[in-house]
Amino acid sequence: MPTRRQFIKAGLIGGAALTAAGLFYSRSLKEAPGNAVPHRLTLQERSIIGAIVPAVLAGALPAAGEARSRAIAQTVDGVGVAIAGLSAAAQKELGELFALLGFAPARVLLAGLRPSWEEATPQEVAAFLEGWRFSRFALLRSAYAGLHDLVLGAWYGTPEAWERIGYPGPPEML
Amino acid sequence: MKDPFLEGINAGWQAIDASKLVADRELEADVAIVGSGAGGGIAAEILTKAGLKVVIVEEGPLKTSTDFKMREADAYPQLYQESAARKTKDKAVNILQGRCVGGSTTVNWTSSFRTPPTTLAHWQREFGLKDLTAEAMSPWFDAVERRLNIRYWDIGPNENNKLLREAAWELGVPVAPMRRNVKGCWNLGYCGMGCPTNAKQSMLVTTIPAALSAGATLVYRLRAERLVVRGDRIEALECAAMQKAGIHALPYRVRIRAKHFILAAGAIGTPALLLRSGAPDPHRLLGRRTFLHPTTVAAAVMDREVKGYSGAPQTIYSDHYLDSVAVDGPIGFKLEVPPMHPVLFSTTLQGYGEAHRKLMAEFANTHAMLSLLRDGFHAESPGGTVQLGDNGAPVLDYPITDFIWDGVRRSWLAMAELQFAAGAKRVFVVHEQCEGYASLAEAKAGIGKLPLKNQLARVVSAHVMGGCGMAADEKGGVTDVWGRHRQLGNVTVCDGSLFPTSIGANPQLSVYGLAARNASRLAGELTKQPAPALA
Repeated sequence: MPTRRQFIKAGLIGGAALTAAGLFYSRSLKEAPGNAVPHRLTLQERSIIGAIVPAVLAGALPAAGEARSRAIAQTVDGVGVAIAGLSAAAQKELGELFALLGFAPARVLLAGLRPSWEEATPQEVAAFLEGWRFSRFALLRSAYAGLHDLVLGAWYGTPEAWERIGYPGPPEML
Repeated sequence: MKDPFLEGINAGWQAIDASKLVADRELEADVAIVGSGAGGGIAAEILTKAGLKVVIVEEGPLKTSTDFKMREADAYPQLYQESAARKTKDKAVNILQGRCVGGSTTVNWTSSFRTPPTTLAHWQREFGLKDLTAEAMSPWFDAVERRLNIRYWDIGPNENNKLLREAAWELGVPVAPMRRNVKGCWNLGYCGMGCPTNAKQSMLVTTIPAALSAGATLVYRLRAERLVVRGDRIEALECAAMQKAGIHALPYRVRIRAKHFILAAGAIGTPALLLRSGAPDPHRLLGRRTFLHPTTVAAAVMDREVKGYSGAPQTIYSDHYLDSVAVDGPIGFKLEVPPMHPVLFSTTLQGYGEAHRKLMAEFANTHAMLSLLRDGFHAESPGGTVQLGDNGAPVLDYPITDFIWDGVRRSWLAMAELQFAAGAKRVFVVHEQCEGYASLAEAKAGIGKLPLKNQLARVVSAHVMGGCGMAADEKGGVTDVWGRHRQLGNVTVCDGSLFPTSIGANPQLSVYGLAARNASRLAGELTKQPAPALA
């Protein structure tokens, strides 16, 4: 995941937006009682990841209804668990990435996403992912790769996903 | 299923979970060993059996066969460094490395190769390591192979490995069976998630239990933070107790005083510990020349079931693309196959959305191949550098040079050719711009145009080596030919960080052999008695 300084180096967004996002992030950190608490997704992080999951897993998730919302929510939870298992440094970088993505001007400038995360369609989110996937900035490509791994890892670790790919799951041990 | 480790603990083994500490502690030992993986495990058995008082420090948790449920979602966070998502500094290489009692040996795929003679010859030539001939190393490999039951796999390859063999036969490429460190293996295929049947002869079921039975102390969930350097010696090792989850430290410290210190924290952990300790490094060598066997992946959709998740993960290999180039010429690569599991495979595959789903729908029919690039033998392959990041956490800066990229492209071409020869319907090299090729001609044209850039091309690694390299000349290496630190009198490095280049083969047996040799000599020096043979 990119660090804030790398974003500055990439020269992608103005200093003001960055400072503001950084402030939001440090404030949200201060709300946590001590820095030794496992990462818990904030509401904002949940809505960002909740928008990215249906785009990354387009076609893989249940098509509609309660099964779909449940699968999305479980995958978001799974991403949270995965982040909590990363190194402190990687967790901090991801926190900074989500703070940036959650900051409206940065979302528009950096991710090219006009609607809010809650309102964005999977197609609009896919366009953002595609932009970062093939960005000329290695930094954004690595952020895409990080989101790719987190979401796919969270989904394909579940028995629900296994059924859909012909994987019987691990053998039952006596 | 019996769980010999838990039985041992019930019988009184000294295995301390540092996450349960409620106060600081001090420990005394003849030898403190940092790390319980391939190097630390072998050293622990030899030194304990020599009658020395040994304390083993492990940063990761103690997980045993009872815990191994063959589920990626549990195994990666519990048993791997950074949940199996450890990355190089520029995030271009994902690194699989164990972090648990037994280290990477608890989660590796059991592939066992002696250090290739070509590699040893290069070390003799370039690093003056005259003592490390294949003949001189042979008795050490013999001993370790007996100890860990390293033998040819006689049950036969699974379909995924068979396809590599068929492809090679089709093209007239030499291919060979592998040896594995297993005893009574059930051929399940889940070695990477911890062996649920204790068949894999990892350090978790062999040397660490032997050391504990002979009176060693193991402290797990304990992070080695700093060696206390006094002149040319180490006085003590300062450690931080970890929280149960293993990310953050508790406020409790453990200080270990010892006569000698063995560093076996792996080729990222060992240089990082020395860097954090301000160890002398007059020739600026520490942490440099760290190698990865940068690894590329190609997936082939077959017209029949492959079920690459089932059966021993690696049993067939080819060294054709290593042996057909000069060791110090254009980079060569070793061919193997990976086990196919949904998280590992889906996260490695390029793309997302419908395109990714389509590939995953063919999961059971997919064969995958790996090319492990032999880095470190050429001036344009100087490897990476271990640095310290926030709070002293290690960061590996490993730039992928054009020399490596050249090998990446050649490896994709070789794998695609083999996979089509084995009857692949469609081949995907793992690159964001590859949408799959339906024929070899299409693959050749397509692969030739793929841009060689970080993140677009997926490069992975499961073998970290170097950073405290051996050399005959003090100016050429951090350690001497016995793994002894050049400036610190009572420090022996005993892991893959000793290697002055990559190995050019899966490195576990190279670590075992050198560790056995070096720890035996150390035991002799410390006890003034001949060292005991490995049981």
